[in-house]
Amino acid sequence: MGIELQNITKKFTGYTALDNISLNIASGELIALLGPSGCGKTTLLRIIAGLETADSGKIILEGKDTTNLPPREKNVGFVFQHYALFRRLNVYENVAFGLKVLPRSKRPSKSEIKDRVEHLLKLVQMDWALKRYPSQLSGGQRQRVALARALAVNPRVLLLDEPFSALDAKVRQELRRWLRKLHDEIHVTSIFVTHDQEEALELADRIVVINKGNIEQLGTPQEVYDHPANAFVYNFLGNVNVFHGRVHEGMVTLGGHTVDAPDELKSTAGTTSQTFVRPHEIGISKIKSEGNDLAGTVREIRLLGGQIGLNIDCEGFEQPIDAEIPRELYLNLQIKKGDTVFVTFNKVKVFTDDYAI
Amino acid sequence: MLKPEPLQSNPPVARKKISDPVPVQILLIGLTLLFFIGFVFLPLGLVFSQAFQKGWEFYLEAIKEPYTIEAVKLTLTTVAIVVPLNAFFGVSAAWAITKFSFPGKAALKTLLDLPFAVSPVIAGLIFVLLLGSRTPFGSWLGEQGIKIIFSTPGIVIATLFVTFPFVARELIPLMEAQGRDEEEAALTLGARGWQIFGKITLPNIRWGLLYGMILCSARAIGEFGAVSVVSGHIRGQTNTIPLHVEILYSEYNFTASFAVASLLVFLALTTVIVKAVMENRFQKNSSQH
Repeated sequence: MGIELQNITKKFTGYTALDNISLNIASGELIALLGPSGCGKTTLLRIIAGLETADSGKIILEGKDTTNLPPREKNVGFVFQHYALFRRLNVYENVAFGLKVLPRSKRPSKSEIKDRVEHLLKLVQMDWALKRYPSQLSGGQRQRVALARALAVNPRVLLLDEPFSALDAKVRQELRRWLRKLHDEIHVTSIFVTHDQEEALELADRIVVINKGNIEQLGTPQEVYDHPANAFVYNFLGNVNVFHGRVHEGMVTLGGHTVDAPDELKSTAGTTSQTFVRPHEIGISKIKSEGNDLAGTVREIRLLGGQIGLNIDCEGFEQPIDAEIPRELYLNLQIKKGDTVFVTFNKVKVFTDDYAI
Repeated sequence: MLKPEPLQSNPPVARKKISDPVPVQILLIGLTLLFFIGFVFLPLGLVFSQAFQKGWEFYLEAIKEPYTIEAVKLTLTTVAIVVPLNAFFGVSAAWAITKFSFPGKAALKTLLDLPFAVSPVIAGLIFVLLLGSRTPFGSWLGEQGIKIIFSTPGIVIATLFVTFPFVARELIPLMEAQGRDEEEAALTLGARGWQIFGKITLPNIRWGLLYGMILCSARAIGEFGAVSVVSGHIRGQTNTIPLHVEILYSEYNFTASFAVASLLVFLALTTVIVKAVMENRFQKNSSQH
């Protein structure tokens, strides 16, 4: 087992940051801790690194109980959101730092340190910048140096705290793919914290969705996305239309429209519920047909890269519905503002109303 | 909005320089200059013209006089003790305030400024009341053969108190801005406390620290009020340069008094120049993020 967390609890004055969290992570896995800001994910990461202490619980890294070890003996690599490179040291010295502060008996020789640093910098494609100072590098370059620095000490586990959130969109995406590739090469057990669901879905072997100090769901990106455990997870994992309604005779009424209620809700007549529909799981047509009878008026058309976003006012719905359709379909249908279109919900998800979002 | 429109760059707005009207500029610059002439250049010029009134030889004689040399020695000794100690206290205070959170932190931060707020004379009196030979502690010390008030240790202590805030006040904003990230990174990389301090923290604050130490030296050299109360004005023993200037002046020995005063001016100018050079480097370094 790579990382075992047992019943971690951490309270700050006034609120509980982590409420009895237990989690097992296999060796070599890449795990995303996903949640909104303030959900406790960064606190959990800092507790694993020893930068903060838990009120109770146990942390076992690669079979070794490290709960009460000081941070320098935990042997974790930590990558910070704002890089935290040593500004007075150049790239080489930054990466060599963890090796140079080892006690003399464990410290590698000068030439060994040089070889290792150069190897790592080659791995992160920064070997051209040995003599540069952090201030002379771009954000993406700095974060790669920070990663090499964290890997230099051969960490038991690698922890990354929102590693890409300070970078601009294009660099973020590039670095994301690059990190996945790197992880496939070096296989160090890794946890990264993020509030960006796309990042988690693309990068992680498994995702841990956290909210208010609790784990909401744990699973592969596919599982979490396709079978969200509850309304919170569904809502957090992407854009979504939320409709409030009541379950009645096994059906949920949405405006003038009804959909099947999920089995576990069929018997509970009269329960208020929330129905979720993702924008890209909505069908749009200009011709009325069977099961495609919900009429609406196009209020707004937005260009979203390859997709087209439509904002549609539908009868009986309090709020306009967001739909996303492929650009080609949009061009074929020749939709203009003010047009009447017919809307189908291809996939809906109904949860009882016990989640405040 | 759908049809991809050609990207429009912002229309070129003629950039008008926003500045105050010329008469206001002239007025402000003129006022500043006038103030400088009246309150800085003129007095400084007077000090030197008075000092050299009786000629170069008299000037040298006044400075070579044994009591003057003793005063210079005492002042430099005080500075040599006070500045390193306050650098140490200042770094530890700034470290404690910026890197840890503990109850009473805000109060401590406010109290740091106390030595600036309290009149130096009062600061001196505090130590006379605390350590004077008529107090229990002072008389006990006297029995052990240790004399503090009316002696060099008293001067050092009073100067320490008065100049304490300089280093800490310089470092606190700097260390607050730098945050704890680098120290935490060093910690996870396996560094020990003294390694983190020596390799990360100290290099990051060194210009601020030096700058604080220069301000501290300048004040320690020139301190009059607090030192005057605890020194006892014993010529050749407990007279610092500023006290010696005052004594000479009150004996109507104006020329000698100004000659010694010109030494103070030289020391002050030196620190100001060093400070300017530092400031230049300090800014260059801290803008390098």
